[in-house]
Amino acid sequence: MRLIVHNMLTCNIKGVVNKFPLRIEAEKVVIKKEVDFNTDFLRHMLAKIEWKALVDGARSMGYTELPDHAPEAEESYSFLKKFHHALLELHLEEGSLVCQETGRKFPVEKGVPNMLLHEDEV
Amino acid sequence: MKLKQLEGLLGDLQQFSNPKVDLEQYPTGPHIASRMLFTAENSYGDITDKVVADFGCGCGTLSAAAALLDAACVIGFDIDPQSLETATLNAEELEVEIDFVQCDITKLELKGRVVDTVVMNPPFGTRKKGADMEFLSAAMKVASRAVYSLHKTSTREHIKRAALRDFNAKTAEVICELRYDLPKLYKFHKRKEVDIAVDLWRFEPKQK
Repeated sequence: MRLIVHNMLTCNIKGVVNKFPLRIEAEKVVIKKEVDFNTDFLRHMLAKIEWKALVDGARSMGYTELPDHAPEAEESYSFLKKFHHALLELHLEEGSLVCQETGRKFPVEKGVPNMLLHEDEV
Repeated sequence: MKLKQLEGLLGDLQQFSNPKVDLEQYPTGPHIASRMLFTAENSYGDITDKVVADFGCGCGTLSAAAALLDAACVIGFDIDPQSLETATLNAEELEVEIDFVQCDITKLELKGRVVDTVVMNPPFGTRKKGADMEFLSAAMKVASRAVYSLHKTSTREHIKRAALRDFNAKTAEVICELRYDLPKLYKFHKRKEVDIAVDLWRFEPKQK
């Protein structure tokens, strides 16, 4: 699971208000650096991404280079490289996504988060 | 990439080893999958450099097609862990990057408008009534640009009405009619092979 996906996942347990973001507990992180660097795409994504969730998610996976805030004006090349790396090249292979309100853990196994709810959560 | 080449690559993918009839697991053939995604990109620019979600991805045929057409990011969603395992192997075989999420699409809530395009071959609703509409509703909530979906031609008027009236569609267009050839997959199938008329739809959501 990459952080671009984490940035859209919410806790869908019935009644939960604080659904996003899910906290990441990382057990195994893999870095795959073959993703094409596309500045237009990255700029487009910058407007859509929840920045704090990305920074916290990246930190949980061991990457601390992202600034606390995204730049307001023209983004530098070096910033875009870090953004690219955090968004698309960090893979959570094993771990959990934790609901901040209930503490419920959604397991991540072989890179696939399991968001299926139990009967009493629906 | 040329259409023929795309079709060839998709034809090599592994399909369901033990299809589950209640989930209406039928492979999306390379003929349909390649044409669906090729059209989405060549006629509408909805795939290359876009974030593409595949709802009910099964073994990942549509996801693979999107990745081969250079989507910026492809995410496959499915409820069945065995299919997701096969889909993961298929992605590795093709050397493409696809993220997978295990979930119930009807209960899924995705934040924001990160997803540009949803592509899907949803259940037709023959086992769980209304499944096709549930998938369409879910897709329309998530896509910012477009939803591509296959539905039985016999449901055409019903789908159009629901999309425009209930699912926030700005436009709902049948791009083409295809023949979906289903091989005898399940014991209750009497004929060796059957041809179903399906519509390839393109829906555009209203902008928020």
